[in-house]
Amino acid sequence: MSTRKGDGLLEVRQLSRHFGGLRAVDNVSFQVHTGEIVGLIGPNGAGKTTVFNLISGFLKPTRGTIHFRGQPIHGRRPNAIARLGIGRTFQIVKPFAQLTVRENVLAGLGHGIYPSLDALRRHYHNPKALARADAILAEVGLASYADARAGTLPIGLQRRLEIARALALNPVLLLLDESAAGLTHQEVEELGELVRALPARGITILLVEHNMRFAMRLCERIIVLNQGQILAEGPPTAIQKDPAVIEAYLGHSGLGHLPSASRR
Amino acid sequence: MGYLVSVMTFASIWAVLALSLNILTGYAGQVSLGHAAFFGIGAYTSAMLAVKAGWSFWPAFVAAILITGMVGALLGLPSLRVRHDFLVLATMGINFVVVAVFKYVDFFGGALGIIGIQKPQIFGWTLRGWGFLGLALAYLLLSLWVSDYLRRTWAGLAFATVREDEEAAEAMGVSVPRFKIYAFAISAALAGGAGSLYAHFLGSIFPDHFAFVESIGIMSMVVLGGLGTLRGPVVGAFALKILPEYLRVVGDYRYTLYGGVLVLMMLFQPQGILGEGSWLWRRVHTWRDRLRGRRVFSPERRPSVTAPPTNPSTPSPPSNPGRGVLQGEADEHEER
Repeated sequence: MSTRKGDGLLEVRQLSRHFGGLRAVDNVSFQVHTGEIVGLIGPNGAGKTTVFNLISGFLKPTRGTIHFRGQPIHGRRPNAIARLGIGRTFQIVKPFAQLTVRENVLAGLGHGIYPSLDALRRHYHNPKALARADAILAEVGLASYADARAGTLPIGLQRRLEIARALALNPVLLLLDESAAGLTHQEVEELGELVRALPARGITILLVEHNMRFAMRLCERIIVLNQGQILAEGPPTAIQKDPAVIEAYLGHSGLGHLPSASRR
Repeated sequence: MGYLVSVMTFASIWAVLALSLNILTGYAGQVSLGHAAFFGIGAYTSAMLAVKAGWSFWPAFVAAILITGMVGALLGLPSLRVRHDFLVLATMGINFVVVAVFKYVDFFGGALGIIGIQKPQIFGWTLRGWGFLGLALAYLLLSLWVSDYLRRTWAGLAFATVREDEEAAEAMGVSVPRFKIYAFAISAALAGGAGSLYAHFLGSIFPDHFAFVESIGIMSMVVLGGLGTLRGPVVGAFALKILPEYLRVVGDYRYTLYGGVLVLMMLFQPQGILGEGSWLWRRVHTWRDRLRGRRVFSPERRPSVTAPPTNPSTPSPPSNPGRGVLQGEADEHEER
């Protein structure tokens, strides 16, 4: 269980998920290495979120395997996968609306105790857990909202709360599902800095993104999905020049219109 | 006086029922309209152990709690497959099935019920009247303690996540099935104890005591007082149990009262009369503050985004240089 940079942390092999006749994900294979920031991009309906749901256990694969740190995780329940160290956010935010922001984070900190009967005995309002929750909130910039009800936060802050909650799992791999969607320009910048700092702490990132500039500037490697299949894979600069990618996004006449990533 | 004591005893038993439903519905968000089934299973367990097996009250009481808890875990299994309105229908169905079993299976006494259930004894002294009221109140206190303890535990937090969003709960490492079963088992166990008290207080029980309409009654008590709180279900139970006894008009239309309470509360005060942010609870706070001679600045006590609360008792987040990358920017952003 080494966490040396470059190890194959997540291995997806020949993964398929069909919904009736629709092949949402069709024979997809890729790897994510420890310490990487990998982007999963593609047009609407390409199967990006389906891949996330397969990895995090919310969907079962029709075919194929998913290995995390060498052990198979396909077919496990989402809560078991979360406890193995795969945190995720949701494209459509799912805050625990009636709970406070701090309680939302505490909910993630309980991941180690939930399977034990101790969960019925031990209090969650203990100094250690509260200090940890507040540290995570400070890290994502939500410290001043700790006592607010999560449901009252604006969308930008709710997206940060999703990340804070996932960080509470102490994850090895973090799946970010369109965390930049609906954010202002400045919020996107802040999010970028937050995400960029994570690999140094041993958190590997796989992100689905529609905000192309955000993905291009942040990711070391990009995987492009189209109609459930991998269309291209490589560093952002190569992806931007890839004719197949340009065609999938913009059609033939769109050459050169793909957002530039030169402002790195 | 005996009448009053008797009314208070019933009110205490129903307060426990309301508290137990509150754990299932208020904490874990699993709406059940079949709670009288657990009440009945506890009553029948205790009554049959006492009358047919000759057990005394105390072991029968404990057995009623344990067995009803186990049956609760079993009957909670449908909740793993169905959600929301379908769960409501499933629990209603369970209530009808349980009553039918009591009524049509001779082993359970059929429509004639079970009679001759003895009062509890303690050190040779038979508990009746005030003595039984003391027992019922002690069990109510125990239920309050369990409810309060539970909501402070990690399980209590897990219940809340299941109530708020099952998918997000799973993503936090919460096994949703496990905690739904916990909620059903604990809720049923408390209700089973209430059933045991009821059987031994009344001396005879009949299947119709545990009919669907009683489930509606328990639900209206919880909803009237305030779902998810501790004070709410207790106050709701006492109000709806005592009112019909002293207002004849209300007594004749008890079921209308239950239904009316549900409809009116849902329309005007879905958080219950004593729920967080309800009209009456805000008044209570205002009065309390006035009594203490304080000026009331904000009627809205909930923390809100526009005015982040500054609570001196909350520990300030530890400073964390190098990690709090976004902190400064976030504050700036807030003032913008």
